[in-house]
Amino acid sequence: MNAVRHALGRIAAAVFLALVAAFFALPMLWLASAPFDAHPSITVSIPEFTLANFRAVLDNPYALGSIGNSVIQAGGAALIVVVLAALAAYALSRVRVPGRDVLLYVLLLLSSVVTGTAAMVPIFELASRLGLIDTHLGVILVVSGGLLPAAIFILKDFMDATPTSYEESARVFGASPLQILRHIVVPVVRPGLATIVVWAVASVWGGFLMQYILLRDPAKSPSAVILYTLYTEGGQPNLDLISTFSLLYSLPVVVMYLFVSGRYGFRLHGGLKQ
Amino acid sequence: MTISLHGLTKVFTGGVRALDSLDLEVGEGEFFALLGPSGCGKTTLLRSIAGLETPTSGTIAIGGTDVTALPPGRRDVAMVFQDYALFPHMDVTANIAYPLRIRKVPRARREAAAAEVAGRLSLSELLGRRPGQLSGGQQQRVALARAIACRPKVFLFDEPLSNLDARLRLEARTFLKRLQDELGVTTVFVTHDQGEALALAHRIAVMDAGRITQVGAPAEIFHRPATTFVASFIGSTPMNLLPGRVVGGGSGRALHVAGAVLPAPPGLPDGAEVVYGVRPEYADLSATPRPDGFPGSVAVLESLGPSTLVTLESGDRLVQVVVPEGEEPSIGAPAWAVPRPGRALVYRDDRLVGPEENAEAGGRT
Repeated sequence: MNAVRHALGRIAAAVFLALVAAFFALPMLWLASAPFDAHPSITVSIPEFTLANFRAVLDNPYALGSIGNSVIQAGGAALIVVVLAALAAYALSRVRVPGRDVLLYVLLLLSSVVTGTAAMVPIFELASRLGLIDTHLGVILVVSGGLLPAAIFILKDFMDATPTSYEESARVFGASPLQILRHIVVPVVRPGLATIVVWAVASVWGGFLMQYILLRDPAKSPSAVILYTLYTEGGQPNLDLISTFSLLYSLPVVVMYLFVSGRYGFRLHGGLKQ
Repeated sequence: MTISLHGLTKVFTGGVRALDSLDLEVGEGEFFALLGPSGCGKTTLLRSIAGLETPTSGTIAIGGTDVTALPPGRRDVAMVFQDYALFPHMDVTANIAYPLRIRKVPRARREAAAAEVAGRLSLSELLGRRPGQLSGGQQQRVALARAIACRPKVFLFDEPLSNLDARLRLEARTFLKRLQDELGVTTVFVTHDQGEALALAHRIAVMDAGRITQVGAPAEIFHRPATTFVASFIGSTPMNLLPGRVVGGGSGRALHVAGAVLPAPPGLPDGAEVVYGVRPEYADLSATPRPDGFPGSVAVLESLGPSTLVTLESGDRLVQVVVPEGEEPSIGAPAWAVPRPGRALVYRDDRLVGPEENAEAGGRT
């Protein structure tokens, strides 16, 4: 009796998990099949194989360029975030500042507002007065500002875990502060830096709102914004283009993730490092 | 190179006085120990010599040159940290060669130098490994090799043996002593382990609360501790320190201590309060009553291997005696602990007053 109940329980659990997995797997399957389908719909089906959709994407005046724009904006923001966050986290980890932790938490709290909807109007106003509307720099600065506090918070944890005796040892041997940073600190926290780069690139790559507001010229818009413009003349979503473009849009981030993960291994589990 | 410290004071923000106008001279080629309990300022002192702490006042001179204002890298000292501070992302060669890399020695030459030092410390097989792949003893030798490779005027070791397990610690101690002897470079090390200080150092400074309580050779510190603090800190079994009083005058003067009547050192007036100190190793156990023995009943027996530590109890007072193998009394038996003449120490107002040095020297082997 007990054995039967146990078996039934196992079967029920397996079915439940399979349904949940299917729910999340379906969009992925669609993304893998629809771009190669001559007549894609919003259902998943065995495709009538064709590469015509890719030709159509290449013919779109903004599609390929937008991936380039995404690379510039994500790369630029990631560079600014990782350099500034590393320097700030190092300083905050090594220098005793009164109210340091409070400062970090307040920054973390504010950062969810800065990139959020609440700050949209003032940020637009600020960017337009500074002449940053319709520039890559404007997008890069605004999104970097939003990512920095969390990046500092995460990197400070990595810096705290690095014994100060490493740096003191190098100092006694006569290393300058810059040499200590280059020879010791950066290599030791490299997994943390890699984590921040991937996280920043992925955030900016998927970001829509700020890019949509700050950029007027479609020739400068990143892929996330261009994806939104792929409609037919009739106002219907153009699934041939959307599915194909989505695939192209996703690939660089997946490749980057695999590369970095293979090289450094991720130290980020459930939000904070282990 | 000699090291001279004058009036060295370090007050940390928050008011903690880690060093209190401290004077110290370390001689050329000396192996010098800073010994004390945790929080006594010994590590602050070592870090001040390295330049990692800036003294609040006072001066530090190395080899006659005032280095108080110099940054750590320009003092020509090498420091081995308690956790060894080996760079985890560099292999053994790169770690040992790091000081030379800072000095812009060409790669081929610094790697040759690293290999040579590594060979001397029997690390040749491990040159390509990362610190994470080495045992504790190997890591310590790499840290030493890195310090040696930069040929400093002075070595500074912070608790050099504390990260090793007990067995390895003894081997490393012998190794370290021989190495310092061969190199002949002035070396200052910090330890909280009195046995380590006695075994390694040519001279020891015992520190307490930011001050140096006593400086001297190991035998001197062991046999004639200047204060009861030093007396209780030095020795593998704690010294018996018992309150006593001088009774009588002239030739009939005697010390009355814990139920025993003992000869008094000269120069103490009738009625003077003293502290009588005797190491458990320098007292004998008697099973019959003795006027010069501390009475008590046997409360605890602790085997030390070739001998046994016996604790006698009498009221609240505990007296410890070391007895040789095979002479252990039974628990609860009455016994008398008899201090050996010339081995006991008498303190008055926390200063050593007897026996006099020459009288004591006769009893020293």
